[in-house]
Amino acid sequence: MKLLKLVPDNTNIRFLRWRVPFYVISLLLMAASLTLVFTKGLNLGVDFVGGQMIRTTFTQSAAAPVAELREQIGALGYGDPIIQQFGKPNEISIRMRLPEGAAADPELSDAMTQRITATLKSAHPDVRIDGVDSVSGKVSGELFRTGMTALLAAMIAISIYIWIRFEWQFGVGALFALVHDVTLTLGLFAVTQMEFDLNIVAAILTLIGYSLNDTIVIYDRIRENLKKYRRMPLPELLDLSVNETLSRTIVTSTSLLITLLALLVFGPDVIFGFTAAITLGIFVGTYSSVYMSAPILIWLKVTSRSFVPTESAVDKQEAAARAQG
Amino acid sequence: MLDFPRWKVIWLWALTLVCVAAALPSLTSVAGISWPAALPSPKINLGLDLAGGSHILLEADASQVGRQRLETMEETVRQRFRQAEPRIQIGEISNRNGALSFVVADFAQVDAAREQVLPLTTGAGLTGQRDWDIQVIDGNRFVLTPTQAGIDQAITQAMDTATEVVRKRIDALGTREPTIIRQGAQRIVVQVPGLKDPQALKDLLGQTAKLEFKLVDSTAIPSDVAQGIAPPGSQIVPFADAQAGQGQTAIAVKRLGGIKGDQLTNAQQSFDPQTNAPVVSITFDSEGGAKFARLTTENVNRPFAIILDGKAISAPNINEPILGGSAQISGSFTVETANQLAIALRSGALPVDLKVVEERTVGPDLGADSIRKGMIAFGIGAVALMAFMLITYGRFGVYTCAALILNTLMILGIMAVANTTLTLPGIAGFVLTTGAAVDANVLINERIREERKRGRKVVQAVEFGYKEARSAIFDGNITNMIAATLMFLFGSGPIKGFAVVLIIGIATSVFTAVSLTRMWVAHWLRKARPTDLVL
Repeated sequence: MKLLKLVPDNTNIRFLRWRVPFYVISLLLMAASLTLVFTKGLNLGVDFVGGQMIRTTFTQSAAAPVAELREQIGALGYGDPIIQQFGKPNEISIRMRLPEGAAADPELSDAMTQRITATLKSAHPDVRIDGVDSVSGKVSGELFRTGMTALLAAMIAISIYIWIRFEWQFGVGALFALVHDVTLTLGLFAVTQMEFDLNIVAAILTLIGYSLNDTIVIYDRIRENLKKYRRMPLPELLDLSVNETLSRTIVTSTSLLITLLALLVFGPDVIFGFTAAITLGIFVGTYSSVYMSAPILIWLKVTSRSFVPTESAVDKQEAAARAQG
Repeated sequence: MLDFPRWKVIWLWALTLVCVAAALPSLTSVAGISWPAALPSPKINLGLDLAGGSHILLEADASQVGRQRLETMEETVRQRFRQAEPRIQIGEISNRNGALSFVVADFAQVDAAREQVLPLTTGAGLTGQRDWDIQVIDGNRFVLTPTQAGIDQAITQAMDTATEVVRKRIDALGTREPTIIRQGAQRIVVQVPGLKDPQALKDLLGQTAKLEFKLVDSTAIPSDVAQGIAPPGSQIVPFADAQAGQGQTAIAVKRLGGIKGDQLTNAQQSFDPQTNAPVVSITFDSEGGAKFARLTTENVNRPFAIILDGKAISAPNINEPILGGSAQISGSFTVETANQLAIALRSGALPVDLKVVEERTVGPDLGADSIRKGMIAFGIGAVALMAFMLITYGRFGVYTCAALILNTLMILGIMAVANTTLTLPGIAGFVLTTGAAVDANVLINERIREERKRGRKVVQAVEFGYKEARSAIFDGNITNMIAATLMFLFGSGPIKGFAVVLIIGIATSVFTAVSLTRMWVAHWLRKARPTDLVL
């Protein structure tokens, strides 16, 4: 039986020849992402800004009466609802900002939920309330802070680990790749205005782990090759390492994508955003492992001396061994 | 490599089988097969987002605890000074700005006053810290300031009581398996699965249920009362609703001489025999009954106000002394609200007001839908992935697939034994873990391919494949573990569920993908002695 080979044997693609243009493009994309995040902003969900999200299904209708709902809920005087479809056309989520004065009195926001659900039930007898998320301003502030702390802590802890296991240049490279992945993902959320909530923070933490996994496999090979080919120029050595691990990179990414696509297409609608974030992150992460974390080693001047004992050290060892023998 | 000692084989299989066996009760319950009751049956809990239910985060108003403590202190100080021999006269008493201050009228009594106050200020805790600091300014002005330690302890005590009260109230609703946990200094998490109406629960928990009976000050001028001006020794209490006040918005009641409604043995919803309106019947304990009898005996033909959570719900006349130790509270109740009040009174008053600061409710239909879709996605993803592994790695792909299946079962088994909760993101974690778990096999298989290309013999290539791939597998999984652990530490409910699956999955996948496949490959190499590998 002939086996499938996604990557032919003995590839010799000179990935790093394009390192400068790709770095420029990536840096520009990162700058653009940051600008977008700060100007356009993220579409923060109720987890992070407080407010309410009510999920409903109109069991007897083919599609939810969105325009009518907007009018009915708007008439309650709490501002305009954000109505989004999730899953089928008769399944929608209704999002409301915190009512005025809710910071001082959390009961107000509870009263809002009650009035909205009562309105829904009286105007639409076939409505089924599938879920309510109600978060006060204080709690949402805390959730936002802990979410961001978790992200930062993960990035720093992972970089320190890489630094300890490899060399400081590798730690910096890994951190840079992580910053790159996180920034681009945030930028994507700013562009698409997809809802950004706690689930997305978890998704970013997940893709940080996976992206790093790719980086580590390449770094591991670079370390091995640095010991093996001590006279090879660094760019060549990096290209060799990326090519040697290319088949693994592609097969693993494909494996992850297979399962992610199954989740996107057949999985629960509630976690669509979460899955989408990880899926896009896999692409960004794979790219960054090759083009962000590897080339930085050239500029940070990694040498084989970092891993191989110097000539004089070897001489000393041998002398000691002779003396003993 | 080929040499796998028998003890190692037994050990690996035993560990695998134990974990897999632990998964069986969960699997049979999904499939609808009954599990023999005689056998232990660890099962995976379903999170609220899958089972349906409500998660409610309650927060206490900590400043209220401090205010109440000041008021109690004021009462106690007044009482002690009144009962002291000789009586200590004080004035300018105030509990504003978070401290209690008063002036002892007679300079000669300052030392006696200090002696009276001192025992009130020592801490109840073991740390020896004082609960209050005493300061004497200008010779005769006492200032009692609560210490942080004292406040903290009071809050802790209040929260302990509040948690207990919350538990009693939820139990009274008859819901199954509620989870009630203290969180931080002033929060309580309540999780109730399969709840039909979270609103009733929120109403019940939001009610402080502090019941008081106070005498109405009939000397008060109605126009003053309406403006909120109380006669000396009285206070203004608003009516709960228009019906309770019968046209008035507030009522003046005497500060002293009332009794609290916390000494109850029972409270039940019933109906007024005359009007047939829903009422709450309460039964005092012996001490409370005696107090209530004295209050009603001494004040026949005068009105008294029934005050619930600072609002008067009715102000009936005392027609005759009530000696039997039971009473009826009428107000504008429906059967539901009367029942709710009865439950709240039975379980005792909350020492602090609790407010709902976060609520997450998932209906049972959405949860069931999520489980179904999650399982379908997992099934399709796993089958597609296994097919991909088979066509990419042939025989080695078979080992990878076997490892994948065992990995899934082991995660389920460990989750069941560790009593963890499966959430919706947790299902996603499952699907993702299968995708990520093959990475170790991919690394090994690719490495074996490489070593073969370099011209190594079959056995040597396999040996090198496992050995050289080890460091990358190890480092990669450690970093994933770091990310997952932080997610677990910082994440809330559902996200924690996701992190749990990732953490367990990382551990088991290294075991199945490296140790188990290595055993199988070694067995095959020893038996078949292949001279070439199809890889």
